[in-house]
Amino acid sequence: MSTGNFENWAGNISDIGPIYPFVGSEVFLWILGLVLWIAWHVIETKRENRTYEEEVRKYGDPENLRRLISEEDPKNP
Amino acid sequence: MDNELTALGIIFTEFYYWLTVVIMFLIHVGFCMYEVGASRHKNHMHTLMKNTMLIPLVTITFFFFGWWIYFAFPNGPGITGPLLGGDDTAHAVPWSEVMGPHMGGQDELGAGWARINGVFWAAFLLFSWTAASIVSGSVIERIKSTGFWILAVGIGSVWWIIDAAWGWHSAGWMVQILGYHDAYASGVIHAIAGGYALGILFVLGPRIGKFATDGTPRNINPRNPWLVTIGLFLIYTGFWGFYVACNVPMWDIQAGDGVFFSATNIYLAPTTLSGITVNFLMSLSGGLLMGYIVSRGDAFWTYSSGLAGIIAASAGNDLYHPIQAMVIAAVGVVFMYRLHYFVERTFKIDDAVGAVAVHGYAGFFGVVIAGFVLWGYPSSPDTEFASINPLGQILGAIIMFGVLGFLPGWVTAKILAAFDLLRIPRQVELMGLDTAARAEITGDERAIIQAEREAITGGR
Repeated sequence: MSTGNFENWAGNISDIGPIYPFVGSEVFLWILGLVLWIAWHVIETKRENRTYEEEVRKYGDPENLRRLISEEDPKNP
Repeated sequence: MDNELTALGIIFTEFYYWLTVVIMFLIHVGFCMYEVGASRHKNHMHTLMKNTMLIPLVTITFFFFGWWIYFAFPNGPGITGPLLGGDDTAHAVPWSEVMGPHMGGQDELGAGWARINGVFWAAFLLFSWTAASIVSGSVIERIKSTGFWILAVGIGSVWWIIDAAWGWHSAGWMVQILGYHDAYASGVIHAIAGGYALGILFVLGPRIGKFATDGTPRNINPRNPWLVTIGLFLIYTGFWGFYVACNVPMWDIQAGDGVFFSATNIYLAPTTLSGITVNFLMSLSGGLLMGYIVSRGDAFWTYSSGLAGIIAASAGNDLYHPIQAMVIAAVGVVFMYRLHYFVERTFKIDDAVGAVAVHGYAGFFGVVIAGFVLWGYPSSPDTEFASINPLGQILGAIIMFGVLGFLPGWVTAKILAAFDLLRIPRQVELMGLDTAARAEITGDERAIIQAEREAITGGR
């Protein structure tokens, strides 16, 4: 039993084609990859927007912004 | 693979492209360092991650559809023929067996594609990263990662590879009809990426404070010039791999009877590694020398001009005399430097790292100038193809910078902006993109210091 399409390296090597397991599943793997890719963008988009909303809520008042910007000022000790 | 000479040729070619990939990786290391060095302290981590994550996103999408585009689109489609399929794309569709580890035996494509497909794909992929990374630097400190990564997939896995199919493929319609010649990608990578970045910048807008109320631009200088320096040196280093990856190392170029093996450019026309090495160094030097003069010794622009010099000469660096390469590089630097400040002042464009100038304007210049200097040269070994000419190169530069670069960048950015996926909130821009992460780090540090104080007095 082998998940590949060969069970040993004996014989004529040039008869062996693909050496990865589950040959024949390539289209399924491609669709799976596309789904994972799109899902990643969806998750990331929601997370990034939520992060900005929280940051604005926690740190975005004018007084705090003035404090943060003054910390960037090179003249500020 | 059943005789030593054939096997040697295939395995050498496989190793050759593999090596170019490793060297080209340094381009991306350089871009990351450069961008972080150019950003302000409050945005370092976000800037780094924005660029880093384009690597996996462009990689997987280039596997899913980018590689197929290169082999399916050389005819336009609809300009010199239909969308290609069948044997022309059999090795490049994502479900092809030769996209994975393969011994070549059972496959009709033979041992050559089975061995070389993966490394050839990877070499093109590293070009894709470069195209996306060029855009990344220009938009720092105010773009949403979400929006940028969608734009990165667009330039890295769609638009640049369409232009490669048109103007870089040995049977591309631009090569056939226009006599388009762009051996080391002045237009195919640099002009398109610069144009794409400019299209985005028009929609994205400048950083807060970049322009005075009367419209006068202010310099937001690199916060870590040493990191910028190392970054640009690494990009120079990786560029060696880029040049070599644009060649085919060993090909029978003899037309008719007989055999003559040589290195070729991407169009399978003869060149030598020795020749392009000299021209690379001479164009780098021409760019640096002129950059130092026009920028009055500004380190940021001098280094960038070295890169711009290479880019300005790249379209014809397979054929130029070294001193021609040096002069073209120097003139290209003047062009891109002057145009950068003209566009900045006129259109209020905030290109944070000068990427539109260094890649876009210098690349555009490089494509056009090759049409004059190489006028009448064959664009391809195929004698039916148009020869290199100024009009073909001017049209080619417009297609690269404008049609496949600026336009898709502008349209995609408009769509993203309409869905509020392009620009970060104003308050976040003011406080800095790393504010929450920095607050967390500060909180952890305070907690640890407190724990250490307690440990002195016998606590745990």
